[in-house]
Amino acid sequence: MSVDAKTVRRIAHLARIAVTDDEVEHLKGELNAILAFVEQLSEVDVKGVEPMTSVTPMTMKKRPDVVTDGGNPDAILKNAPATQDNYFLVPKVVE
Amino acid sequence: MTGLTALTIAQARDALAKKEFTAVELADAHLAAMEQARALNAYVLETPERARAMAQAADAHRRGAAARPLEGIPIAVKDMFCTADVRTSAGSRILEPFVPTYESTVSGNLWRDGAVLLGKTNNDEFAMGSSNETSCFGAVTSPWRRKGANTKLVPGGSSGGSAAAVAAFLAPGATGTDTGGSIRQPAAFTGIVGLKPTYGRCSRWGIVAFASSLDQAGPLTRSVRDAAILLRSMAGHDPKDTTCVDLPVPDYEAAVGRSVKGMRIGIPKEYRVEGMPAEIEALWQAGRKWLEAAGATMVEVSLPHTKYALPAYYIVAPAEASSNLARYDGVRYGLRVPGKDVTELYERTRAAGFGQEVRRRVMIGTYVLSAGYYDAYYLRAQQVRTLIKKDFEDCFNAGIDAMLTPTTPSAAFGVGEKSSGDPVEMYLNDIFTVTVNMAGLPGISVPAGLDAQGLPLGLQLIGRPFDEETLFALGEVIEQAAGTVAAERWW
Repeated sequence: MSVDAKTVRRIAHLARIAVTDDEVEHLKGELNAILAFVEQLSEVDVKGVEPMTSVTPMTMKKRPDVVTDGGNPDAILKNAPATQDNYFLVPKVVE
Repeated sequence: MTGLTALTIAQARDALAKKEFTAVELADAHLAAMEQARALNAYVLETPERARAMAQAADAHRRGAAARPLEGIPIAVKDMFCTADVRTSAGSRILEPFVPTYESTVSGNLWRDGAVLLGKTNNDEFAMGSSNETSCFGAVTSPWRRKGANTKLVPGGSSGGSAAAVAAFLAPGATGTDTGGSIRQPAAFTGIVGLKPTYGRCSRWGIVAFASSLDQAGPLTRSVRDAAILLRSMAGHDPKDTTCVDLPVPDYEAAVGRSVKGMRIGIPKEYRVEGMPAEIEALWQAGRKWLEAAGATMVEVSLPHTKYALPAYYIVAPAEASSNLARYDGVRYGLRVPGKDVTELYERTRAAGFGQEVRRRVMIGTYVLSAGYYDAYYLRAQQVRTLIKKDFEDCFNAGIDAMLTPTTPSAAFGVGEKSSGDPVEMYLNDIFTVTVNMAGLPGISVPAGLDAQGLPLGLQLIGRPFDEETLFALGEVIEQAAGTVAAERWW
């Protein structure tokens, strides 16, 4: 499988990465080189093989459903580029 | 590198115990060496004040109580580990500036045991790379050079700053992270020891996430014993990482020097790849002889799905990365580039903040997870991963104790030599290391000698899950036989 310029733009939008026209051509070549490389997986017989979902077989650890952390708005907001009244500030989302 | 910076962790620990010098003196010696070695670009942040304060605390602690396992030992920390109140960048512009309010579990374990932070080391952006050339702070230069040449060489990656720092005697040990070979490959390129523990042995909490089912933290050191000492402190159960196992941490150092007599060592025939330099084949042969001389038996084994590990990795790792890196959106931390609406803000921020390699991988990951392609790419890659793991399990079930392979298909290359053109050329560096991450196994790279150009080469040992002790025992045999190597100082 290979991608065309339109697909590159669609992927870039899905990934929320702005791309310029110059970059699209370049990215198309690079992405197709990677896709051509992974293509060899199609020759493996995977019929009936379970996909790996857990690297180390283990039962999911559980903890009591109680609050264990919180009450640190200053720490949480410390690295934010824009804040107001203990909120993260973003451009208007809802008109 | 005379004096205090020449000491291994074990030597420094024993000398500190005998009060031959103080932790402050040891830290100062390293801080001075770091200052003189800035041309290597190994550290992206030096923390001299914190180092001295931590060293003073260690000296005070030693006077008042029994010394902790790493009392006063200076350590460099890869910039993928969040360190409280110390800038953490992951080598990316998108995290500039980010000063964590919390400490990663692994680095916290080191401080709990008395270690001293020297600074944060350079790495490929988000640990994506095999040469440390994708960092927003620029490339790291290896302390090694080819005989009679002054071409700048890469230290490998992504833990290139940690490897260069340890190899250049700017720290006796450092932390690294390994997703496809990022500890073992730079260790091999710089002539030091690097260990990737079993998946789940070290907590991933507080480490900047790349590919969560592959990432593991581990030590880079100048001896096998030192790697064992550091791992004992780094490892351990952490309720904050659900994939971190609740198994006791053995005294790994006790395994160093343990007999390997009667062990059965697998030599996977699929690792004999076309175009591999004769020197690497010769070194591999030497490794077999050394282990045989120590009483181990070499057994030819087959890991039939080896060639599919790298392509499967280049689906699984970007897929997980595209998901993990979705959090860098210019809202909660790091860089923000304004836009007319929130979507444009995201798109501009991520275009400006992510470097070329990261953008490429996030886009590949987004593609293979997108509607209509998930089964063909991601699901198939995870099925292949099951087969890769089964290859190893079959060998271990047949009585193999560990595998011996080369760590890399070549010695270090020059800065810029592989960073243009086809991205796949760079990816091939990880051909021998990536299988270990895909199967979640422990692997160690031990220096095994120099090539004709005078550059170090490493041998890799791959173990059963949670059997790092066997790797330390076997690694020590190789280290004793091969001896240690050090770069000639030119910086």
